[in-house]
Amino acid sequence: MSLLEITDLTVDFDTEDGLVQAVRGISLDLGEGEILALCGESGCGKSVTAMSVPRLLPPDTTRLSGSVKLDGRELTTLPESRMRQIRGKDVSVVFQEPMTSLNPSFTVGYQITEVLRRHEGLSRKAAGARAVELLELVGIPLPARRVKEYPHQLSGGMRQRVMIAIAVACSPRVLIADEPTTALDVTIQAGVLDVFRDLRDRLGTAVILITHDLGVVADIADRAVVMYAGRAVEQAPVAELFARPRHPYTLGLMNALPSAAVNGRLAEIPGMVPSPLTDPDECAFQARCGRAQPDCRLRRPTLEPQLLDAHLAACFHPGGQS
Amino acid sequence: MPMAGLVLVAGFLLLALLGPVLTGDPSAQDYNATLAPPSGTHPLGTDDLGRDALARIAHGAQVSLQAGVLSTLLAMVVGIPIGLVAGFYRRWLDPVVMRLVDVTLAFPFLVFAVGLAAIIGPSLKGVVLALGFSQLPAVVRITRGEVLAIREMDYVAAAIADGASDRHILLRYVLPNCSSPLIVQATVAIPAAIIGESTLSFLGLGVQPPTPSWGVMLTTAQQYLDVAPWLAIWPGLMIALATLGFNLLGDGLRDVLDPRSGR
Repeated sequence: MSLLEITDLTVDFDTEDGLVQAVRGISLDLGEGEILALCGESGCGKSVTAMSVPRLLPPDTTRLSGSVKLDGRELTTLPESRMRQIRGKDVSVVFQEPMTSLNPSFTVGYQITEVLRRHEGLSRKAAGARAVELLELVGIPLPARRVKEYPHQLSGGMRQRVMIAIAVACSPRVLIADEPTTALDVTIQAGVLDVFRDLRDRLGTAVILITHDLGVVADIADRAVVMYAGRAVEQAPVAELFARPRHPYTLGLMNALPSAAVNGRLAEIPGMVPSPLTDPDECAFQARCGRAQPDCRLRRPTLEPQLLDAHLAACFHPGGQS
Repeated sequence: MPMAGLVLVAGFLLLALLGPVLTGDPSAQDYNATLAPPSGTHPLGTDDLGRDALARIAHGAQVSLQAGVLSTLLAMVVGIPIGLVAGFYRRWLDPVVMRLVDVTLAFPFLVFAVGLAAIIGPSLKGVVLALGFSQLPAVVRITRGEVLAIREMDYVAAAIADGASDRHILLRYVLPNCSSPLIVQATVAIPAAIIGESTLSFLGLGVQPPTPSWGVMLTTAQQYLDVAPWLAIWPGLMIALATLGFNLLGDGLRDVLDPRSGR
């Protein structure tokens, strides 16, 4: 049994324009100690999928169906009070914005001890000692001094490490990292990614990494799921995905990487993302796809095994070296 | 200028806390010197009953301080929780609270103070209640406005993701981060309440003679303006200086506490 099993998850948001279909039936599983990348462009539903695990979507406007199971326990129907005990303990989140994700009124040490005292019931003193250890774990020099500092005294990379320290303080089973490196500059990015890898190796934490940076995916993830318009279009072990991408959208993303630029010009995927308000029975990508055939407009392709069983793609006319 | 404010406020506090001890009984009468001008024995002169103006100014400072601080404290203690809850939970509570605030704001302060004086009798308690109530809408509004902004902050989202309870988020994340505008509000509210106390006491709705209050002293002084003008000058000057001091200090605090105002 997988650690985390998401089955047929759909998430709609009630808005003034109608029901926005953010996630349209996605199934995922995450193994112990696995680093899974969720990638795709803005609005493809990757964050919404991940945030529905700890139920961090606005409760008033979110309509969710499907199942999310952690260790076999259904999370979608759990009462809010039980869910609070899981957040930060079994499932933690590292957000994108390190500059604004820490409480400016308290020292970073206090903010780490807060979680420890809440979930682990540690005494103030024990939690304080653990906070120093955690800062050391995430690679902050002089941790004993840093715990007494306020967020504004730390740089962005430091703050992101503090965020990670808070997230892993209670040794979570699943760590959700929502574009954890986007706001950081490149040299610091690598350091933060190392921290994730290190935590996985040491604590066995499974990581869901939300990113649109394929470089990050290649660097750290074991497996990747490419999402488009609220659905998974391709899913494969990372080495396989980069060696033999099958879905035309994945191919397009890879061609759009700066390293793949021809004559200094970046390739782009033409066209626009389809409307999140309607969901016609066709391949969502066909309007932008160079390989589209008439049948792409007649029904929607489902995820099918490709050359490897672990490699799934939802395309009638997959590309790549087959 | 903020330093000048700090000096004035410190002077006012010293006068209110130490003055009464040093100057003695404000009701002691010197029958040989009624309406006497400033002199060696009575540095600020005496009033119509021969009472020392300096002693009465010092004791009056205490009354002003009490009225200013207690009414502001009352408004904060009642208003902040209302603003926190209304701003954080929204739903039906927020519009209800805000309309009530509008109603409170539309109610004339003096009419309310007269009504209150009629019910519980004119006293310092009545003054504090009336002033506290009149400050309430501003406190609720400021708190709510800040909460609306802070509840959308990333660190609140992060706290929810860490499993924090609503209570914890309100007390540890929202309240501390909306404190600066409230501190500034207090420095504006205290001088306003000092003037309010003087106004109410001047009109006979507040502190009652013989208790010395700057407002009460002004009431007496206006009858003797042509023979003993100093009786009006001292309390008037004190009200002006205390108010000015708090306002200058508030300006300074706002510059320090509000990152948007720049430095």
